[in-house]
Amino acid sequence: MPANRFNGYTNYGVGIGLRIPHYNHIFEKKPVVDWFEIISENFMVDGGRPLRVLDQILDQYRVVQHGVSMYFGSAEPLNREHLRRLKTLVKRTKTPWLTDHLCWGSVDGRYSHDLLPMPYTFEAAKRTAQKIREVRDFVEVPIAVENVSSYAEYHVSEMTEWEFLNEVVEEADCGILLDVNNIYVSSQNHNFDPLDYLNSVPPERVAQIHIAGHSKFEKYILDTHDHPVLDPVWQLYARAIEIAGPTATLLEWDDRIPSFDEVHNEALKAKKFHPGQNNPAGLRPAARPLPEQTRFVHTKVRA
Amino acid sequence: MNLEQLQRIVLGVIQQPLTPSENMRRRTRDGKSIKKIVEKVIKPNDRLTSFERLEIYNRVYWFRILSSLAEDFPGLRAVIGQRQFDKVIATYLRDCPSESFTLRNLGSRLEGWIRKHPRYTSPRTRLALDMVRLEWADIDVFDSAEFPALSEKDLQNLGEDPRFVLQPYIRLLDLAYPVDELLLTIRENEEQENDIASNVVLERVRRATKRPRLPKARKVYLAVHRQDNVNYFKRLEPEGFALLRALQEGKTLSQGIEASVKWTNRPVDHVTGQLRAWFANWSSLGWFCKQTERQEQQR
Repeated sequence: MPANRFNGYTNYGVGIGLRIPHYNHIFEKKPVVDWFEIISENFMVDGGRPLRVLDQILDQYRVVQHGVSMYFGSAEPLNREHLRRLKTLVKRTKTPWLTDHLCWGSVDGRYSHDLLPMPYTFEAAKRTAQKIREVRDFVEVPIAVENVSSYAEYHVSEMTEWEFLNEVVEEADCGILLDVNNIYVSSQNHNFDPLDYLNSVPPERVAQIHIAGHSKFEKYILDTHDHPVLDPVWQLYARAIEIAGPTATLLEWDDRIPSFDEVHNEALKAKKFHPGQNNPAGLRPAARPLPEQTRFVHTKVRA
Repeated sequence: MNLEQLQRIVLGVIQQPLTPSENMRRRTRDGKSIKKIVEKVIKPNDRLTSFERLEIYNRVYWFRILSSLAEDFPGLRAVIGQRQFDKVIATYLRDCPSESFTLRNLGSRLEGWIRKHPRYTSPRTRLALDMVRLEWADIDVFDSAEFPALSEKDLQNLGEDPRFVLQPYIRLLDLAYPVDELLLTIRENEEQENDIASNVVLERVRRATKRPRLPKARKVYLAVHRQDNVNYFKRLEPEGFALLRALQEGKTLSQGIEASVKWTNRPVDHVTGQLRAWFANWSSLGWFCKQTERQEQQR
């Protein structure tokens, strides 16, 4: 179910993030790219080069907005200035859906500029869902929330991360931006089976998928977006496609950014996992079968 | 503990300054044990203690925002040196933590903070202040709004004593040092642009650049502006600068001329004699724009 109500009933294929080091290549060579993901905050400005570049991209490419600081999970109210600017940008890009992270990052008007993990409590789920609804009602496009990678867990948590995700998206009736790299990173940092997570995701809510590279350290893994995608992540991706269908997919490469072609070619590997495509890399979905009762437990669609 | 209380505790720890060796501090500024605070909220795992797990976020927080400010203010770093720059930025961020959803605004209060705490930039406080004003203006000009410029016909029909509206992207700076030249020299040595993204920042951005020769005091009147989405520094004569500043404040042309004469202490003929040339130049740069409804309401 690649096209669904959480991604505006689109079939966007495989895209990459729009990044400054690639601007010249894109404008000179005009490469064929299914779509670009932009970081909303980089374009929520009044004028100048960012908007000029964006307009040039919009003339030729499909664009989806991805945010990094809405902080649906922060206990404090939404920032109205942020919302106003976001809506202005949504009107400009006509993004079919909008994504941001299932995390928090600000308290008392002070910002961390990081994607901090949620305490997995029913109180947090309820408040987060309420804010997602508020944002969706204001910007008037479907919203999908992205699972973040994390390095810490809270004593107060009352459920697993995937149960929390399900609780939030059901309550908010929103989509999921499924980041399979983040699932992998968190599974290694918190000792859980990534397939337990993946198999619990309601497939009908998956609006988009993220893939990325990460960095391994002695005692933990960090979500650095500075490498090609590693095999365990491709395996999870294959499984995600098996569950959700050939969903719009985006490669994140944000640091030590190589040439446009290298990034794009890495992203295009995702197509090999889509039905009807060759899989020369020989990668297979992570093997554990999906129990039917798990797969369809979250199919309720709100009126 | 409710959601808000938990988040306040966690952010409070994450925003604690790092030790000189870039690790998490053992105690808060008021002497509380950070280990005890963290153990109450964060679970340990089989590889990391509660303290070590939150330390990852503490380090990432500082690496991200310090790197961001280092990219925004390379001129200040050149003026006061890397060690002093680190102290200024860490103390500034402690006193003025980010209150904006975007890292773009992180340095918006730096000028005011330096004015309040001149000892951190002494003995080069005036030079440092000029540089920070220029660097912040440059950030602000880069993505400010632009409105349709006045055409020649518009200019001819403005009436006897018109009010001119300057483009929102123009910043006027009276500087005690020629920091514009200094900043351009510094930038020639380090050209890099970074976006905001969602990845973890692994280390502070530190660029070893040769420290340039610092300039001697010399008054400069500068317009930081934009042409075809590229920022420029344009030096102005003091009389023209004073006139433009008066116009930017909403004064009429005659009031602007009066302000210019008063501020520069030059004969009125000296100012009026140059008006035609100044306005021809400024109009050709598109500096005057049509007044928007919002600007009218603000007046």
